[in-house]
Amino acid sequence: MAYTEDDLKEELKSKEYEFGFTTDIESDKISIGLTEDTIRLISEKKNEPDWLLAYRLKAFNVWQAMHEPEWAHVKYNKPDFQAISYYAAPKQKKVLESLDEVDPELRKTMEKLGISLEEQKRLSGVAVDFVMDSVSVATSFKEKLGELGIIFCSFGEAVQNHPDLIKKYMGSVVPMTDNFYAALNSAVFTDGSFCYIPKGVRCPMELSTYFRINESGTGQFERTLVVADKGSYCSYLEGCTAPQRDENQLHAAVVELIALDDAEIKYSTVQNWYPGDDKGIGGVFNFVTKRGLCEKNAKISWTQVETGSAVTWKYPSCILKGDNSIGEFYSVAVTNNFQQADTGTKMLHIGKNTRSTIISKGISAGKSQNSYRGLVKIGKNAQNARNFSQCDSLLMSDRCGAHTFPYIECDNPTAKVEHEATTSKIGEDQIFYCLQRGIDEEKAIGLIVNGYAKEVLNKLPMEFAVEAQKLLEISLEGSVG
Amino acid sequence: MLRINDLHASIEGKKILNGITLEVNAGEIHAIMGPNGSGKSTLASVIAGKEEYEIESGEILFNNEELTELKPEERAREGVFLAFQYPVEIPGVSNINFLRTALNEKRAHQGLDPMAAKEFLALVKEKAALVQLDDKLKNRSVNEGFSGGEKKRNEIFQMAMLNPKLAVLDETDSGLDIDALRIVAHGVNTLKSAENATIVVTHYQRLLDYIVPDFVHVLYNGKIVKTGSKELALELEEKGYDWIKQELGEEIQA
Amino acid sequence: MGEALTKKNRFLSSLTEGNSTHSYAALKELEHLDFPNRKTEDWRYTRVAPLINKLLRQSAVRPETENFYIPQLQSHKIVFSNGNLIKNEVADNNRITIKKLETSDLLLNSQASIDEIFTTINTAYTHGGIYIHLDKNTILEKPIEIIHLIDGQNTFAQIRKLIVLEQGAEAQIVEGYYSSETGLSFTNAVSEIIVKDNAKLHLDKIQFESEEHWHINSEYVYQESNSNFTINTITLNGGTVRNGLNISVDGNNCETNLNGLYLLKGKQHVDNHTKVDHKQPHCTSSELYKGMIDDQATGVFNGKVFVREDAQKIEAFQQNSNILLSENASMNAKPELEIYADDVKCSHGSTTGQFDDEALFYLKSRGISEKNAHALMAAGFAEDVLVNVTNEFIKLHINKLLKERFNWEL
Repeated sequence: MAYTEDDLKEELKSKEYEFGFTTDIESDKISIGLTEDTIRLISEKKNEPDWLLAYRLKAFNVWQAMHEPEWAHVKYNKPDFQAISYYAAPKQKKVLESLDEVDPELRKTMEKLGISLEEQKRLSGVAVDFVMDSVSVATSFKEKLGELGIIFCSFGEAVQNHPDLIKKYMGSVVPMTDNFYAALNSAVFTDGSFCYIPKGVRCPMELSTYFRINESGTGQFERTLVVADKGSYCSYLEGCTAPQRDENQLHAAVVELIALDDAEIKYSTVQNWYPGDDKGIGGVFNFVTKRGLCEKNAKISWTQVETGSAVTWKYPSCILKGDNSIGEFYSVAVTNNFQQADTGTKMLHIGKNTRSTIISKGISAGKSQNSYRGLVKIGKNAQNARNFSQCDSLLMSDRCGAHTFPYIECDNPTAKVEHEATTSKIGEDQIFYCLQRGIDEEKAIGLIVNGYAKEVLNKLPMEFAVEAQKLLEISLEGSVG
Repeated sequence: MLRINDLHASIEGKKILNGITLEVNAGEIHAIMGPNGSGKSTLASVIAGKEEYEIESGEILFNNEELTELKPEERAREGVFLAFQYPVEIPGVSNINFLRTALNEKRAHQGLDPMAAKEFLALVKEKAALVQLDDKLKNRSVNEGFSGGEKKRNEIFQMAMLNPKLAVLDETDSGLDIDALRIVAHGVNTLKSAENATIVVTHYQRLLDYIVPDFVHVLYNGKIVKTGSKELALELEEKGYDWIKQELGEEIQA
Repeated sequence: MGEALTKKNRFLSSLTEGNSTHSYAALKELEHLDFPNRKTEDWRYTRVAPLINKLLRQSAVRPETENFYIPQLQSHKIVFSNGNLIKNEVADNNRITIKKLETSDLLLNSQASIDEIFTTINTAYTHGGIYIHLDKNTILEKPIEIIHLIDGQNTFAQIRKLIVLEQGAEAQIVEGYYSSETGLSFTNAVSEIIVKDNAKLHLDKIQFESEEHWHINSEYVYQESNSNFTINTITLNGGTVRNGLNISVDGNNCETNLNGLYLLKGKQHVDNHTKVDHKQPHCTSSELYKGMIDDQATGVFNGKVFVREDAQKIEAFQQNSNILLSENASMNAKPELEIYADDVKCSHGSTTGQFDDEALFYLKSRGISEKNAHALMAAGFAEDVLVNVTNEFIKLHINKLLKERFNWEL
């Protein structure tokens, strides 16, 4: 790999949050608070059809009757849902015809994030749907994808242009009643991404979205829906950053993946929302519901590298409904300072010969708490189902915690379920070996941690893998001593 | 090059080295022999700067600089290399990436730019051939899944890449069959020059048939009790370490 | 809530309260406690509703039967009948106390507050149990054998034990639980065990009650420095069995071994909950739980290892292996690690599957019948746990029970 640690040092002049800048653009932000009127306003601003407003209002009713979950191994001050602004769209003068028309300030932000659209367009062949706060500002490669019949657009556009697909699939994997935050999202989501791959089409490029919380005091409630029709394939990348803000910001997204017969979806996330400072002040609350449904012979693979957020609560899951379907979950979660993460997956084996693999690598440093929570359920009819889970935790300080909470439920005698977990300190002999070869401690830890996480990093597309490696090192800087 | 004066060291309160004095000059090969528990590996670890060991008194001068003041990585960059008795496995970290990082750290220390990829790969090819290291091993994780012999060859390969001034080979012969032993010895002998020095720590004389020492020191109870030429190693082989013990016993009685 | 409260009061209404300050305190505490339901995380996989809907009573004694003693085992014999102590062989050594436990001797709550409802019920309604105390450096030569006999027909047996090993003492205890074949009955057993500095306790627990029987067993073990505690829980029969082991390791250099074997068939439900709480550094704990589950039976394993802040150099190992033998059998496993210190080595593994086909084929290819091949495999599977039962007479006895219930020759 072209990447070396020296490149990293070059880029990082300080240990501060790299993306901690805010963009000063005029923002169309509605006043704080959440009532039915807020929802009507969001729906109106987005020019939505009645059925969607009805859906939102129903979700709002469901949400009001629910309580914020408390079972996760995290402690935080619950957000005040009336103190959040539920809509912030960068103000734009007119509908954009091409990238050149995008607000220069916004373009600068993108460039700082390293995802300059034309660069991407020219060099890497990545189609980027850039979501800043809640509205998708620019979508590239649409035309090229269009030739193949692939739809890749903002959720809002999809509601306007492909209402049948949205109606059919939205909420089919994550119903609005699923949990507190999914219900909230269903009521107030502002935008997100939609992707549809037609039958038998292999999407020729990585589809990519960057999410970014920019406005202070806004919650990000985006929704992603990916539908891979029979025999199709796509790889979807999601990157998240948030600038430095003092108050905690809420991010409650819903991601639904549908892989129809023989289809495959690869969904990769690199998440580095602002984690708060070294005193535990600020940072993003990341309460996300991600789930995929596999029909016959389908495959869904989740890969995530999580280094950010003050509190994370996230379990990308697979419902293995169709026979022979496959679910995978590869995760690296790093917590430092006062971060708390409770993350893992659910693999629900319903169909025959279904297979799942879980590889989870937790790394805790500072005073952080890092938990793996997972469910493997083998249903009565899941003949010959197989699961293998490996959950490792690496501890880097004597004041952090690493926890493992797997649930294994097996109702079929032909199934095989294997779960292994280890928790240990970073190897002192490994560090000394590196030191003896002239590599300093910080670098040695970077090497060892990246090696430890390699099994997961290898699953990421190349562009992401390099970024992820750097992120691991950035988030652990200064954690040794 | 290396001057150790009356070195006393302990681990967890247990005294291991009881006054070692040793001088190693450029161009020399020294063998340190001794029975199990005599402190051989401790001496190697102390030179490399392993933190568990406490230096109670004495000094280790490397090119007239006090080595004990330096961190392990600084010693390495100054040119001290330890071939580990038990090379450590680092899962997921490729051997090549590891070496490149190490090499460039050393170059940075010397005020040199990082080595260009092409040049680096050529060097890897050249040095790997020296110890007949399989191509596949270069790209595998550091020492992970290597056989005992492959691990030891990998140590010498790293030594060749980093080109140290002082190499300390800690029981490099243990667990090696005769072919691997020859390969390792060939590597060490090839790397030998008038500018560098080697300390071979071993329990058996066998390795010294292939790496011929200028001096042989016998370590016993944390002290060098006997120093001689390579013939001393043969004598030890023949008479066993009990001979040293007896001789010492007589000395004490006399 | 209201309905649940009525249920609780109804369930407790037929019981006779104990009369000590401990009982009163527990009664008071009971007002705030409720029976676990499906939302109670610790009871996620075990429903108690069928039990608490029954009206049970604390029954009188039934005659002792010699048959239940482990053949050939030289031991100090203690017999409980329906929760009442009926036989208590006093040890011939005055450094060993084996006597009836008075409710005023109860130790609970002085060591830790326990808000577990079945334990609190035991404290509130128990009328004594057994107290075993070994003086400093006393080494028990013969094992202590405790037999529990329970009648069917809605009997509610409350069993209470207090076991204290002073510094350097060593003991081996074997317990057997047996019930008559007819009707539902309920054993609610609570033990408090204190293993002091350098002391060593080995406990074998054999559960062989009827398929309609309910058994909730709660052990609270406190280990001090350099102590060694081993428990083997062998569950070969019983309707619904819940074993809760709570080990508080509050000293350096302790060793803790928890092993379990559960062989289930019919509609049995067996739930093994273990909690090892490492509060001090330099200790090791090891757990091995293995189960074979047939027919419509359900197994549950929930093992939790805590390593507290600053409890460095802990090595904790946990393994749970299950074999499902029938299409209606189920297994729920939840091995957990909660670690707050960094210099530790902790691991757990859990597998659920079936016998290795290739191994079965290998056996058959050597002329062994299918049935015997299975029995051999089963024996091998169980042996990993049974090897920890070190007394040969106890082991022979377990083999006899296995033959009786499964027709296996191990």
